[in-house]
This record gives sequence, C-alpha cells and structure tokens, in this order.
Amino acid sequence: MTTRTKPSIPDLYRDARAGNRLAIGRLLTRVERGGADADAVSELAHADAGSAHIVGITGAPGAGKSTLVGELVSHLVADGRRPAVLAVDPSSPLTGGAILGDRIRMEGSQDSVSTRPAVDGDAGTVRHKPFIRSMATRGHSGGLALAVPLAVRLFDALGFDPVIIETVGVGQVEVDVVGAADTAVVVATPGMGDAVQANKAGLLEVADVFVVNKADRPGANDVRRDLELMLDLSKVTGQEAEIGYRPPIVMASALEGTGSTDVLAAVADHLAFLESTGRRDERRRHRARTEIEARLAQALHRRVADLLSSPTGVALLKQVEAGDQSPTSVTRTLLDELLASTES
Amino acid sequence: MGEIERANSETESAGPERVGDAPADDAALTPTQDARLRVVLAKLGLDGHDRGLKVVARILRDAGMEVIYLGLRQTTDSIVAAAEQEDADAIGLSMHNAGHLTLAPAMVAAVAEAGMTTPVVVGGIVPEEDVQTLLDAGVATVLGPGASATEVAQAVRDAVAAAEASAS
Repeated sequence: MTTRTKPSIPDLYRDARAGNRLAIGRLLTRVERGGADADAVSELAHADAGSAHIVGITGAPGAGKSTLVGELVSHLVADGRRPAVLAVDPSSPLTGGAILGDRIRMEGSQDSVSTRPAVDGDAGTVRHKPFIRSMATRGHSGGLALAVPLAVRLFDALGFDPVIIETVGVGQVEVDVVGAADTAVVVATPGMGDAVQANKAGLLEVADVFVVNKADRPGANDVRRDLELMLDLSKVTGQEAEIGYRPPIVMASALEGTGSTDVLAAVADHLAFLESTGRRDERRRHRARTEIEARLAQALHRRVADLLSSPTGVALLKQVEAGDQSPTSVTRTLLDELLASTES
Repeated sequence: MGEIERANSETESAGPERVGDAPADDAALTPTQDARLRVVLAKLGLDGHDRGLKVVARILRDAGMEVIYLGLRQTTDSIVAAAEQEDADAIGLSMHNAGHLTLAPAMVAAVAEAGMTTPVVVGGIVPEEDVQTLLDAGVATVLGPGASATEVAQAVRDAVAAAEASAS
C-alpha cells in the first residue's frame, strides 16, 4: 500500500500465489500503474497463465451487467469454482477521477462466502472467495487496452477461473477488450431501440452469447425477436455462416431470479464449442496478437512524441508552419529519422 | 460549486497523488499511468442516510481520486474485503446514527486485524466531545458538516500521507 516500503514484485507474486489477497490487490495496482513493475508482473504471470476461461461481459450502461455478474459469481462459487472479476468503469475526462460502483451490485456474491475457503458440509465442495477488482479507464489512449490483458493474465496465473471482464460497451477499446475474451457475452435490455439499432451496433458482432436482461419488463420478447432476426441474417454473412456457431439468446431477470444459471450453461457450451473445434487456440492467438499490437503501438507512439518534441522535430514543424515544407514531406523525413534511430 | 472547482484546480497543480512515485520508465513496455488515490466509501451498519456519502463520492471524484462506492449496510468484514481487493489507500465512513463510538473503532480494529495500514476517515454527525475519542481509537480524521470540498479532499490526502509515513 505504501510506495516507500515497496515489497518486490517476485515477493508479492509468491505471496499472491499462496493466496494472500492483500498481495493480489497490490500486484493489480502495480499492473494498473504500468512501467517496469507491470512488465515484471507480466513475465512472472506468463509462465503460470493460460488455462482460465476468459469471459467478457458488456452492454449499455444500466443494462444490469454488474447484477448479472454478481449472480454468476455466486453460482460459480457454489459450484466450487474460483472466479475473478475485473469491473471496468469510465474515468471522468475532466479530472481523471472515477466513481466505481460495480461492487455495490455484486454484494451478494461476497456475502455468501466466509472469509476463508470453507468446506460445504453437504456437497463437500470447497467454496473459494471470489476476487473482484474495479478498474477505471483513466482516459489514457490505449492504457486500458494494456492494463486489462495484464490483469487478466495475473488472475489466470493465480488460479482464478473463470476470469470475468465487465465493461460498459461504449468505446472501441472496451469492445475490443471483450472481443478478445474466449467468450463474449452481450447484455441487452428492453427499451433500447429496435432491430435496426441492434444491427448497427458493432458490439453485437462480437457476441458469443446474448442475454436479454430485465426479461420481466415489457418488450423483452421484442428484443429477443430482433436479435433472432439479426442472427438469422448472420446465417448468410456472419459468425454462423463462417463457423457454424449461432450465439444463443438467454432471457434473464434478476428481479425474478431467473436466467443466471442458463447464462453460465450457455457460456460453458460456447467454451466446449471452442475446444471441440480447435477455435480456443485461435482465440488465444488473436488475444496475444491484439495485446502485442497495442503494446507496439504504444511504444511507437511514445517514440513519435519524443521525436516531434526533439530539436529536429521542432525545426521541421516550424518549416511546415512557415510554408517551406509540406506535411507529407516532413512526415517522410521524420519517418526516415525514426526508422534510422530504431536500427541503431 | 465554487468549492468543487477550487478542489479541481488544486489537484491539477498537486501532480502525482503519491509520495515517491517513480518517474516514467522509458524502457518499460507497459506505459506508466498516473497513480491515483483509491478510496473505499461505505455506510457501516444500519444507517440509511447515504446522501452525504454520495456527495463525498462526487467531491473525491472531482478531486481526481478513484472512489470505490460500497453504499449502504456494509459490515466491517465487507469493507475490509473490498479495501483488500481494491488495494484502497483510504476507507471513508459516513455516520449519521450515533453509532460512531462503536462502529468506527470496530472498523479500525478490523483493518488492523487484516494486516492493513489503510487509514479510516470518518465523516457525518459526530458530537464535538466524541471526536478525540475516535482519534484516540485510531480514526485518521473526523469531518463534520460544513467541511468544504477542498477540506474533504485534503483530509483524505493527508490521512493517506500520514499512514504512508508511519508505515515506512
């Protein structure tokens, strides 16, 4: 918690592997802050990660994602699983601050478990404590795209399974993060627009499982029908045409306490489909590629910023301003400079 | 309103939230992000007056902090569990039902028992004569009605800085 008496990353990692939750919390903070510490966590976690089922859950604000995740977590814990949740909420673009309110909807999932794993008398299954971490987007270009996969890898390496990522499906980064999961769950609700809206949103194209939440509300069946229609079209062009998988639509209502076990079943079915068709490796490759690409882009972005503020860069920018050179010719010069400096 | 704005402008000039932050590491492949204070806010026990806590959540957010909002009817265990998982820098409790002499020391004890040094800041209705009792019990600060947005944010920063100084 303190920055002056920093325990070393390997020490923290060892403690975290042993189940020390304070150490897990601190490692996640290091991951989130980035830099050499985050790289070190990545190296350690990489060796132990790779088995967890990574589930992304997204949808519009207020769709009931956190409530649903809370229910899923409760069921998973009762089944003897050890889930972790990464709940991503937006930061204020003005102050960088954030109010992270997802936990409040997941309370039940924490209450149902004692402070230590206990043996359930009847079933004999071990009940693990879930780990829920809130993360703010912090508004940094691409920061989220790097912090999330790292945090997920850490959870995976520490033996959490499944690892659930919850994001508000509003930005491309958030959608990408969920799209890079093994199974992407998109939560829809009544009253959010018609079939055209459903077709328009890029969110729906990444879905492996649809949940029509608040199914007790009027209009829930209309949403289902609109989604079915959209899925019918994807028989022609889309996931079903390409790989023969049609995302199921699950009706759920937290009010009536229905649907959450069906969501878990649909998520498990999707994982089984991925494994039986060899597509899980494909997802892993895609995920690794997405992360490496984001990392490279960040590294290059930093170099570009450095170059532009270097004496050479400043001088060239002045020439463009004075009308002596065109932006394209200056770009060419700077690109050559950048490539030369990379080679050296 | 004006106070919130002042709190904002202060954060901007305050720079990194923590003492001893490492400078950006150019060689790292993960970009560094600002260290922001993370504060868990909760109502402990059966106290339904959460408007004050919501105002404080907004004040701290506008001061650039990350607020993990737990809201009503929390227990010392649930707050410790959240502070642990969220690696919180501070815990903020809002108390309006005269339970502070029992609940606030219980919170401080629960934090210590979990092996954490997270400071506990109390706000709400605490009679003047009880303030010293709470401070003696290990509460970092007690904020009463009339505390400005700037004072609230600064009190949290000071509490975190003091906890870090005593832990090192």
